[in-house]
Amino acid sequence: MANIKTVEKKSKAQSMGMHTEVLTGRTQQKFFNPDEAENFYYFGTYDVDFNKRTDLDVKDMTAPEANKEIDKLMSEGYGTIVIKNPQGKHSLGVGILNKLNLIFEGSLGYFGMGSCDGPTVRINGRVGWSCAENLMAGKVVIEKNAGSCFGAAIRGGDLICKGSVGARTGIDMKGGTIIIGGDAGAFTGFMMQRGRIIILGDVGINLGDSMYDGTIFVGGKIGSYGSDAVDADLTASDQDWLKRKLKVAEIGENFDVSKMKKIVAGKKLWNYDNLEPTEKKGAI
Amino acid sequence: MCGIAGLIHRGKSSNVGSELQGMLQALKHRGEDSTGYALYGDTDGKNFIMRFKVGENVGEGSSSIMEDVSVYDERKKIVDETIKELGAKIVKEERTLPYSLRYEISYDKKDLLDFSQRIESIPGVEILSMGKSLEVIKDLGNAKAVCDRYSLDKLVGTHAIGHARMATESGVDIKSAHPFWGYPFSDVSVVHNGQLTNYWNNRRALENKGMRFMSECDSELIAVYIAQKMREGASLEEGMKDSLTGLDGVFTYFVATKDSLGMAKDTMAAKPLVLYESDELVAMGSEEIAIRSVLPQEIDTYDPFDGEVKVWRI
Repeated sequence: MANIKTVEKKSKAQSMGMHTEVLTGRTQQKFFNPDEAENFYYFGTYDVDFNKRTDLDVKDMTAPEANKEIDKLMSEGYGTIVIKNPQGKHSLGVGILNKLNLIFEGSLGYFGMGSCDGPTVRINGRVGWSCAENLMAGKVVIEKNAGSCFGAAIRGGDLICKGSVGARTGIDMKGGTIIIGGDAGAFTGFMMQRGRIIILGDVGINLGDSMYDGTIFVGGKIGSYGSDAVDADLTASDQDWLKRKLKVAEIGENFDVSKMKKIVAGKKLWNYDNLEPTEKKGAI
Repeated sequence: MCGIAGLIHRGKSSNVGSELQGMLQALKHRGEDSTGYALYGDTDGKNFIMRFKVGENVGEGSSSIMEDVSVYDERKKIVDETIKELGAKIVKEERTLPYSLRYEISYDKKDLLDFSQRIESIPGVEILSMGKSLEVIKDLGNAKAVCDRYSLDKLVGTHAIGHARMATESGVDIKSAHPFWGYPFSDVSVVHNGQLTNYWNNRRALENKGMRFMSECDSELIAVYIAQKMREGASLEEGMKDSLTGLDGVFTYFVATKDSLGMAKDTMAAKPLVLYESDELVAMGSEEIAIRSVLPQEIDTYDPFDGEVKVWRI
């Protein structure tokens, strides 16, 4: 007998455009088993205490030195770290794989917060290209603007920019949510595969170009649609989710989500059969 | 990869030589093959300043052929004679390096086409810049090395653009280094980060219209393209907007004139640019760290969008 609870959850997720296909082929999914918890070890992670707080001035440090220092502080149990004077340095805060409250008092350069899994980050400035690339989980909030390739290839978590972002936001993203308070540049959602992007302002040309799946919500004007990006109906559950998400993100709480446009993949561009390329070869 | 930087002070002068050196040095990881400065200094505006070279830097990493210094002397002598024949007068001359010279020239004609064609018809001689305020200084090495070699850190002016180059498709030499002079326009210079894919088509068309190319660096096309548009009567901004469709490829570039500084970004927005803008100062660069070298305090910066053109005046 089918599990009704699971079916409801699945159809709800599908109606919101989270995914519309069942993974098949050679894709392997392994789920965490609580019974095996004692055998589970996530290399490079620490148990930290959020009430244990410290400041770190990185003004005279290189990025590797600053990142090593953050790692050292986490190993000592510090759960809240305030970074002073980041001054646009590249690759700060990368590879953090545990829960952590991280606050940057200033701006970051390229690749800030890349490949992270779990931290809650607030950046009281601006970020350069490829912020939070490959984010797996956690929350990253940017108070000002962001450069191009914002949230490239993220798998999960919430990535929020209160200002405007450059081109190719959410390129190749495979999950998670990106929320933009201002405008977004060209090729937003380029080749996205899953996840959701919310833009409260305007967006540039070629929106959602060559997207496989996932959903983009736009509050302002759209420069142009990319190949295979099409409009979809904004449902009541979409609106509920948008309201909740914007509230949690502390951004556009009073925004009229009912007027937002919903863009999804038309699925005419790619071959959506169930065969992997090697299997297809065999079938021919 | 290459890095570009530029700044313009509005309503005042500053030590732009030192400021640009700091910005370009912060971008040195984007390329150290050569570094170039286009500095707009405070002058009385009476004489033309001509920066030119009579040979190449043949130091380590250079792709140029070594020549005897006596050849440089010979070329200089011909340049001096040609200037005299053109009815111009050398008011002041400096020979910073055996191959690099700076002349202040009294010349009462406005059109520099004939003048520059005659000078550059001398084999081995290239005018790096000509103008009443502009001085283009470019050489092999990183920003600090070039700044020290030419003592640029004391130069006071209103605006400047510069380039840190990683040579990809043309040689490691001064002729392929940026900035490029907007030949034959007085005080026009260009720096570029990116790659132009319709270089040869445009080059052939422009050469047919009488424009000259000194290198095979695709970035030179932008300087010549804008110069040709201005020659046809377009304003700087109009010429730059036209380039968004006329030039194919990925690019972010800056153009500077005697009293203005502009930026343009291609419609794919594939090349980076971070911009800070206030009533007193506009500073921009390929990375935020370039701007931080002149403004270490917390500031608001942003990335211009695809297809954006902006021009600021002093």
